[in-house]
Amino acid sequence: MTRHFTLPAAETRLRKLARQRILMMDGAMGTMIQALGMGEADYAGQGCGCGHHSDQPQKGNNDLLNLTQPQAIEEIHFDFAMAGADIVETNTFSSTSIAQADYGLEGAVHDLNAEGARIARRACDRATAIDGRERFVAGALGPTNRTASLSPDVNDPGFRAVSFDDLRIAYGQQIRGLIGGGVDLILIETIFDTLNAKAAIFAAFEVFGETGTPLPLMISGTITDASGRTLSGQTPTAFWHSVMHARPLTVGLNCALGASAMRPHLAELAGVADTLTCAYPNAGLPNEFGAYDEGPEDTADQIADFAREGLVNVVGGCCGTTPDHIRAIADAVVDHPPRTLP
Amino acid sequence: MTRYLRLSGLEPFVLTPDIPFVNVGERTNVTGSAKFRKLIVNRDYAAALEVARDQVENGAQIIDVNMDEGLIDSRAAMVEFLNLVASEPDIARVPVMIDSSRWEVIEAGLQCVQGKSVVNSISLKEGEEEFRHHARLCLAYGAAVVVMAFDEAGQADTFARKTEICARAYAILVDEIGFPPEDIIFDPNIFAVATGIEEHDNYGVDFIEATRWIRENLPHAHVSGGVSNLSFSFRGNEPVREAMHAVFLYHAIQAGMDMGIVNAGQLAVYDQIDPELREACEDVVLNRRSEGTERLLEIAERFRGGAREEKVRDLAWRDWPVEKRLEHALVNGITEFVEADTEEARQTAARPLDVIEGPLMAGMNVVGDLFGAGKMFLPQVVKSARVMKQAVAVLLPYMEEEKRLNGGAGRQTAGKVLMATVKGDVHDIGKNIVGVVLACNNYEIIDLGVMVPPQKILQIAREEEVDIIGLSGLITPSLDEMVHLASEMQREGFDIPLLIGGATTSKVHTAVKIAPCYTRGQAVHVHDASRAVGVAGALLSPAQQDDYTAGIRAEYAQVAERHARSEYAKQRLGYAAACANALKLDWGAYTPTAPQFTGARVIDDWDLADIARYIDWTPFFQTWEFKGVYPRILEDPQQGAAVRALFADAQAMLERIIAERWFTPRAVVGFWPANAVGDDIQLYRDAQRADVLATFHTLRQQVPKRNARPNLALADFVAPTGADHIGGFVVTAGPEEAEIAERFDRANDNYSSIMVKALADRFAEAMAEALHERVRRDFWGYAPDEAFTPEELIAEPYDGIRPAPGYPAQPDHTEKQTLFRLLDAEAATGVTLTESMAMWPGSSVSGLYIGHPEAYYFGVARVERDQVESYAARKGMDVAEVERWLAPVLNYTPGKHGTRRAA
Repeated sequence: MTRHFTLPAAETRLRKLARQRILMMDGAMGTMIQALGMGEADYAGQGCGCGHHSDQPQKGNNDLLNLTQPQAIEEIHFDFAMAGADIVETNTFSSTSIAQADYGLEGAVHDLNAEGARIARRACDRATAIDGRERFVAGALGPTNRTASLSPDVNDPGFRAVSFDDLRIAYGQQIRGLIGGGVDLILIETIFDTLNAKAAIFAAFEVFGETGTPLPLMISGTITDASGRTLSGQTPTAFWHSVMHARPLTVGLNCALGASAMRPHLAELAGVADTLTCAYPNAGLPNEFGAYDEGPEDTADQIADFAREGLVNVVGGCCGTTPDHIRAIADAVVDHPPRTLP
Repeated sequence: MTRYLRLSGLEPFVLTPDIPFVNVGERTNVTGSAKFRKLIVNRDYAAALEVARDQVENGAQIIDVNMDEGLIDSRAAMVEFLNLVASEPDIARVPVMIDSSRWEVIEAGLQCVQGKSVVNSISLKEGEEEFRHHARLCLAYGAAVVVMAFDEAGQADTFARKTEICARAYAILVDEIGFPPEDIIFDPNIFAVATGIEEHDNYGVDFIEATRWIRENLPHAHVSGGVSNLSFSFRGNEPVREAMHAVFLYHAIQAGMDMGIVNAGQLAVYDQIDPELREACEDVVLNRRSEGTERLLEIAERFRGGAREEKVRDLAWRDWPVEKRLEHALVNGITEFVEADTEEARQTAARPLDVIEGPLMAGMNVVGDLFGAGKMFLPQVVKSARVMKQAVAVLLPYMEEEKRLNGGAGRQTAGKVLMATVKGDVHDIGKNIVGVVLACNNYEIIDLGVMVPPQKILQIAREEEVDIIGLSGLITPSLDEMVHLASEMQREGFDIPLLIGGATTSKVHTAVKIAPCYTRGQAVHVHDASRAVGVAGALLSPAQQDDYTAGIRAEYAQVAERHARSEYAKQRLGYAAACANALKLDWGAYTPTAPQFTGARVIDDWDLADIARYIDWTPFFQTWEFKGVYPRILEDPQQGAAVRALFADAQAMLERIIAERWFTPRAVVGFWPANAVGDDIQLYRDAQRADVLATFHTLRQQVPKRNARPNLALADFVAPTGADHIGGFVVTAGPEEAEIAERFDRANDNYSSIMVKALADRFAEAMAEALHERVRRDFWGYAPDEAFTPEELIAEPYDGIRPAPGYPAQPDHTEKQTLFRLLDAEAATGVTLTESMAMWPGSSVSGLYIGHPEAYYFGVARVERDQVESYAARKGMDVAEVERWLAPVLNYTPGKHGTRRAA
């Protein structure tokens, strides 16, 4: 479970690229899936032969589409790759046994991840074949729907709904699937409880120990309230100190309240982290119907400010960002040099 | 980026060169703090969290958490405590040092913390493989490490061994494993010097030089250590220990030691150490001369405890003008010259009253200001009050005379305060202290004493036209008395403020139960004596009273609302479900010991000196509003001097108590064949167990439990069948304390009056501890070979418990009646029960004895109506009466049905 000292091949190439320019991530998978307007039958994919079915309704289980609608997911990846993404995230945000328990599909976890990785890989390879530019597939690990350092019961603050070991095991299973499907990186994202992320890091080290091939890690927290702290209460610097042992390729922030609200926290992180920084905010705040109205130019303008101030090495979009957003962001940052490490 | 040690809790911590030394908080360490150990053994996590909070509030940058204690499940305790800490943002903001000698405990701790913590410790003790394994895990969990200079051959003592082991560990960590060197903290072992053994003489130098070598040769690594070991051979001589620690740290920090576990109270300021002592310490610490130890030993006695306070008596102030002399006497609590000085001042004053309103009040104002600013402490203020009283006593005859001659006006006071301990309660130390503090601030105090009926309080309040009524109470039934008195004030049309204080009172109870009954005036909870002046001042100041009262009302409305909301959310198990989750001990595997006798026996062979050995001093200091654990509180940097002075006075009085036999301790103890029957404990007349002698009724926890923990009742610890027994006892320090205290009061010496009461309380508690030991070793005899020192007993390391009716494990005070009847306690000891079930004299303790080794103290907490109905039926008492006695622990509002359903 020790990190090796030789940098993984993908890391070496990514670091080299990152010295030359600001790298691009993709946008919101969920937003694109929503736009397809699929129903229960599309999600559950009756007769699809994937071998994983449950009696529970599956509408909203976006990760299951890796098995039931692989073509649709591949097209979304492909569109983002062609819009300028260097790093494409797998559609596996909820592909842990913990998150899939809500859908009764704990048994599908390995396939969800392995297929999710293969689909993204195919889309990237297609894009590279067209323009010759290399793309990297980042296996996405979400936070799960449970917190390891907070009690869900206000009357019993010592209680925990999930343990470090539960998370370690679930993340380990997910990472094995992703690596089996051929991802280049592991992305631990939307971290609202740092202890969950530490379990993911631990699991990644364990799996790398088994495979003998460490992959670069990207780590991304989320700061959702005005206090400037994670849900579990850490300041951005405290968060960095908690995950710096992962020696990640990037550390950064995603999701939350849009780019302008993210700026001060990103600036703090950029001042203390001796690794690349990464930011992929939402397209502003959702409207009363839960949709995002912020147009590509608006988002791109704000992210260009990050670049102008030298806060970022990798940028992209989270909820509400489309290939148009990614294209606009890529255009907006292209003239700015990447952040130099402190 | 510069390689600094970077840690985090909710907030970051970076060990930069601006921080010369990180002091790691050690009070949440069961091996370092008897108080914390006791709290953890008793599972009192709420109070344990307070210890952590205090520590962080007092500036600890890292807190060391250690649960290595034979009596507890260290792993579970570590997890529970760290999880609870995580929910307290003001504690969790600092990083944790996870401290255990067992790796499994450390690893369990690492799985609970989101921040970057420090593991304390790993070492080469079990060889390189184990060391590598643990280091790799620390890396994977993201923690810094303390590495002990310890290898397969043992702990490193010399410079050569220390540096060799640290270098070897560093090479493995940094070169082999890739551990960040800035995350390594070496502990090269501080050992005792000046032990008389020549090989030990160089230990200080070995550490300091090893530190220097590490900082020069092992880049970025840090050095830490536990300093108190160094002066081990001077145990008991705190001033010398302090000096040794200060000298040692001065040199070690210069050599590069940048972290350590140091009792801040055990630190003198290097520059302020007496030069002779400093030089002698330096000789020893730096091993500069062969006879260094002898020289330090020679002079050590001269610097032993208290030397710094007493020094040579400086009487220069006697040459000052009389006003200044009076002020000096008041601030310093010196009674020696006060009568002469007061007389001198009177002769130059136009009227005797001018002396009070002039120099005496000026002096007391200084006292009040210093107290308000936290520069004087309660016992010192009480001593000042004693000086004031004695001065006023000199003036009183002249004032009476003046009044007789010309009917002259009396003295202007800040206000008139009536103080009383409510009906049924006998406890008055806190009330007396508040009275003294208020008197010091120019309030006139009318103290009605203890067990005061409400009608008397109201009658005197009306006759004397008092401005404030202050009520005090210690036992839970007193809460209802206070509510009753508030209703009576409302009914009789009072509108003056009502102050509420005492151990069981609280802001919540005042806001929810008392204030709503008295809307014409304002009831205010006063948390401790130091707040009393501010509260009384605000309530009586025409300029402030409206705003202040409005503020209190708004606050109490919020408190009440929050309370209602949290109460509503508090789920309770149904009584049947709670019973089904009772503790099931393996009675087949337990052979109870039969006591030496059954029935009651009077114990009258008490030796006061022997009892005194069992005194737990920590609560004594709490009585005087000093927070901290004895003996370390004596060395507290802020309060230490005041604490030591108080302790010296207490010791002096203790000597007189023993030598002059002030108290006549009495005790009665009894044992009876007993078995649990449901949630009751039945006592039998004889070994046949056919004839029921009496029944103790117990209450069961109804809070939902997790992790397979039981819902406890005391009956769970008694065997349902077979030859089990239980015991009971009543002890008292005797009725003399009240009389002695009164004698001091008459001599205008409330300091000694409060002191004798506080000591009598300690004697009673010490008797309970000493008697329990005799019970275990001899009378019941289930632990004949037990051998703990009195200091060790404080942590309750022994088998069996002595729960008292009216306290958390059995909140029903009326069970005392059964106990007293069985023991014929009134005849045997002279202790009686008041209508509120308080024991008189106040310095008395009673309880049951339960012998099962797995028995422990717990809190019943809130109970539901279903249990109260069952309890009332078993006890043959009206439900309404049970509800009255259990009012503070009811999880429902009596009389209202169906408002909340137990889950």
